[in-house]
Amino acid sequence: MRAAVLGVLLGAAIAPAAWGAAQDFDEVQRGRYLATIGDCTACHTAPGGKLMAGGRSIETPFGNIVSPNITPDRETGIGAWTDDQFYASMHDGTSADGDNLYPAMPYPHFTKVTRDDVMAIRAWLNTLEPVVNRVEANQLPFPFNIRAAMIGWNELFFTPGVWQDDPKKSAEWNRGGYLVEGLAHCGACHSAKNMLGADESGGHLQGYALQGWFAPAITSGDGVGLDKWTEDDIVEYLKTGTNRFATAAGPMAEAVSDSTQHISIADLRAMAAYLKDQRGPSGDKRKPMDAKDPVMRAGEAIYVDKCAACHTMNGEGIARLFPTLSASPTVEAENPLSVLHVILNGTRAVQTRLAPTAPAMPAFSWELTDAQVAAVATYVRNAWGNAAPAVTAGDVSSARKTLEARRE
Amino acid sequence: MARKLPATDVVIVGLGWTGSILAHELTEAGLNVVAIERGPWRDTSSDFPVTYAQDELRYHIRHELFLRPAQETLTFRHNARQTALPMRTWGTFMPPNGVGGGGVHWNAETWRFLESDFVLKSHLTDRYGAKFLPDDMTIQDWGVTYADLEPHYDQFEYLCGTSGYAGNLAGQKRQGGNPYEGPRSREYPTPPQKQPYGPTLWAKAAVESGFQPFPQPSGNLSQAYTNPLGVTLGPCTYCGYCEWFGCGNYSKASPQTTILPTLLPKENFKAHTLCTVQRINTDGTGKRATGVTYIDSNGEEWEQPADLVLLCAFQLFNVHLLLLSGIGTPYDPNTGEGVIGRNYSYQVTSAVDAFFEDQNFNPFIASGAIGMCIDDFNGDNFDHGSLGFVGGGYIGAVQTNGRPILGTRAPSGTPSWGAEWKKAVAEHYLSTYTTVTHGSCYSYKDCFLDLDPTYTDAYGRKLLRMTFDFHDNEMKMSQYLTDRLADITQKMGPKVMEKHPRTAPYNVNVYQTTHTCGGAVMGDDPKTSAVNRYLQSWDVPNLFVFGATAFPQNAGYNPTNTVGALAFWGAKAIREQYLKNPGPLVQA
Repeated sequence: MRAAVLGVLLGAAIAPAAWGAAQDFDEVQRGRYLATIGDCTACHTAPGGKLMAGGRSIETPFGNIVSPNITPDRETGIGAWTDDQFYASMHDGTSADGDNLYPAMPYPHFTKVTRDDVMAIRAWLNTLEPVVNRVEANQLPFPFNIRAAMIGWNELFFTPGVWQDDPKKSAEWNRGGYLVEGLAHCGACHSAKNMLGADESGGHLQGYALQGWFAPAITSGDGVGLDKWTEDDIVEYLKTGTNRFATAAGPMAEAVSDSTQHISIADLRAMAAYLKDQRGPSGDKRKPMDAKDPVMRAGEAIYVDKCAACHTMNGEGIARLFPTLSASPTVEAENPLSVLHVILNGTRAVQTRLAPTAPAMPAFSWELTDAQVAAVATYVRNAWGNAAPAVTAGDVSSARKTLEARRE
Repeated sequence: MARKLPATDVVIVGLGWTGSILAHELTEAGLNVVAIERGPWRDTSSDFPVTYAQDELRYHIRHELFLRPAQETLTFRHNARQTALPMRTWGTFMPPNGVGGGGVHWNAETWRFLESDFVLKSHLTDRYGAKFLPDDMTIQDWGVTYADLEPHYDQFEYLCGTSGYAGNLAGQKRQGGNPYEGPRSREYPTPPQKQPYGPTLWAKAAVESGFQPFPQPSGNLSQAYTNPLGVTLGPCTYCGYCEWFGCGNYSKASPQTTILPTLLPKENFKAHTLCTVQRINTDGTGKRATGVTYIDSNGEEWEQPADLVLLCAFQLFNVHLLLLSGIGTPYDPNTGEGVIGRNYSYQVTSAVDAFFEDQNFNPFIASGAIGMCIDDFNGDNFDHGSLGFVGGGYIGAVQTNGRPILGTRAPSGTPSWGAEWKKAVAEHYLSTYTTVTHGSCYSYKDCFLDLDPTYTDAYGRKLLRMTFDFHDNEMKMSQYLTDRLADITQKMGPKVMEKHPRTAPYNVNVYQTTHTCGGAVMGDDPKTSAVNRYLQSWDVPNLFVFGATAFPQNAGYNPTNTVGALAFWGAKAIREQYLKNPGPLVQA
């Protein structure tokens, strides 16, 4: 509390005109809530660091970018930025000096946010403790370190523009779309990307591999993605981190912990209504592998020995504790990376206020060979009505390499 | 010279069951709490994951989860005429170590004591006359009643999700439950665990003998359960690795599976592990605790000042710290005066091994707390008038494990190794059934704890010294209970049966139970108790002492549920009385 007051006083003494009535309680609290939906802290607060003081490495396929300091410090933060400059950073992806930002800052999503909402976020940021922390954001290797390259990237892939309501849809659907496509930037992880890291056309919200995980499709279509989920299931998942189909782990655990568990039920309902209306690819009629296949039999034997004690013999798991493996978008995802990640490295479920247990699954990488992991992964992807491509020992071997490289 | 840390509201010594409960209750009340734990941090997925939790060699034989005697031990002697020697490895009991304490590696048998257990001295004196008790027996009333503790038994059971079937629901007796238990305010949170064949057969024999068997209450859960803190436990898989082990799949109630997930994120809670508290500090008057001094794993000494000090270490080491800190008057067995170290008691267990020819008990289908029991021979549930002893215990068929190293029984006379042994084990592994008694151990003038005059610990402090042996009263009781157990077990139809009643002298090298009790007992009289009915030190009112340390004598049950209930009872007294008016809650 003391830090916030200090921020206000320092800022106000130096640049009162720029802020006007922005210190209004309602405005600041609205901004704080919106910043939570945007999960600004995920990138702009370093582990153990001061709130929004930057310095966290953001992994991109092209190298690491270090998040800038967005506290109101005038020298090393954004305290000296005008409101227009701040809005431009969100809406156009440009920095105060006119340089282009890299789309690790999800401005292709934030461009959809209204100026009112952006100003509320700024009002809240202005109340934070100004932290002196000079960050060299651009630590990309050549040629990606040339910011001017982003001019071309924007030409190709970026269309600035605030979200436009679809008059044919309900107000709730439109609110959901505004959040999902804008501040919540779900597509930053869940939409397929091209070689240059831009959203692939036709891959919108249909799943993408990043940071050693596969963010599954959150569209609905033919039994994949969120097809079996109701809107209530989506709300429960985002609010508590777990539901009858899935438990958040990996990067999604962080998103739930920092962001979605704090979003109001009304907004979560709106997001769910919008997501349930997003259709995925159709005609994907996968057939489960034959249970008598030798790999399936081997996988079943390993499953019974190693997995069934928690996940139960029929793969249903235990609600709020051991995720179900039948009817799980992650288990059935085309790309098995998340399944392999969890089997090899283990993982801990997200802890939320409403689901504090945060159970963890131990690592099996030391205990199972590539062929054994492949067999059990293939089995869980094709048992109990699941159907997904078989996993090979080669897939496991390359997943091991990916995960080991990430550990170094 | 200790470096002084910023003061906190509460410092807790030991982060096991009682430390976790107190930390939860007092952080909820808004206090800043610092817990100091001698052992390491322990977490299910990293310390006893399903991938290797069931490793008998690692955890049982090699004592992975227990205190290292080189870090702290005690000396033992049977009586004051002997010279005590240090215990250099554990045998008869297994002192816990690390976050979760004994809650990590207990069997999870979750019993309530009888109503009469809490008023034992008055009850026995009323029924049999004062002369009925041995002269040197020092049993006493607790200062709390079953009715006082009932809401807190309930709290602990609902925290744990205990599996059982109420035999006395608000005074209403129910078929299938324990007919002797005190009234419960509500049903168990989860139904009983499933019974394997052995307990089922034994229960049939018990019914044929005219008894009313009931399922043992279990902290290994029959089904998934979410407790009032929102923490979820899973169903037990009957793997039979409970006592000595951590539960790999979140189905045994422990601080890790019930409290810690909500405690650790709290801003007003902090825990230091691998830090050994050296002493409780007091001010010049000796009437006020000022905090504790501890040594971290780097050998650095720290002082943690606090307004309130809670001793939540294992029973033996609570007493050790009180003695080392000079709080309260040490017990003198010659005069019977003094209270610190007085009324040390234990537990008297026994067994009957039954060898069958044509049975398959699948002993590996097990849980630390499944079984069918009767309570007809517990406490004063039966007339002791003609028996020449007091006390008793539950008896029954408790199928805790069929583990490969120590779960291999063969009839007496079998060689202990070699081909003959292997042959006998192969022949008897599936067809042998062991039934058990779990008897009380009352307290005596010559059973006590004090500081050893010779031996010191790794920090140069005097070791705790235990002076203890079994008394005739307990040996008669054990013989009687074992005979009654054998009567019933015989009806299961074994070919050979061997009775193993407990016999004196006490053998510290053979595991019996970890139910060490007393040494700073609770009561109404400061001359015979170290803490009042709220577990508050009579001498230092801002010091509370939790755990089985407070038991004036031990009943014929596993102690954990009572330890948990006392922790909630004490927490309530601190929250509702002490914080409003810090000072003695009972005037001496």
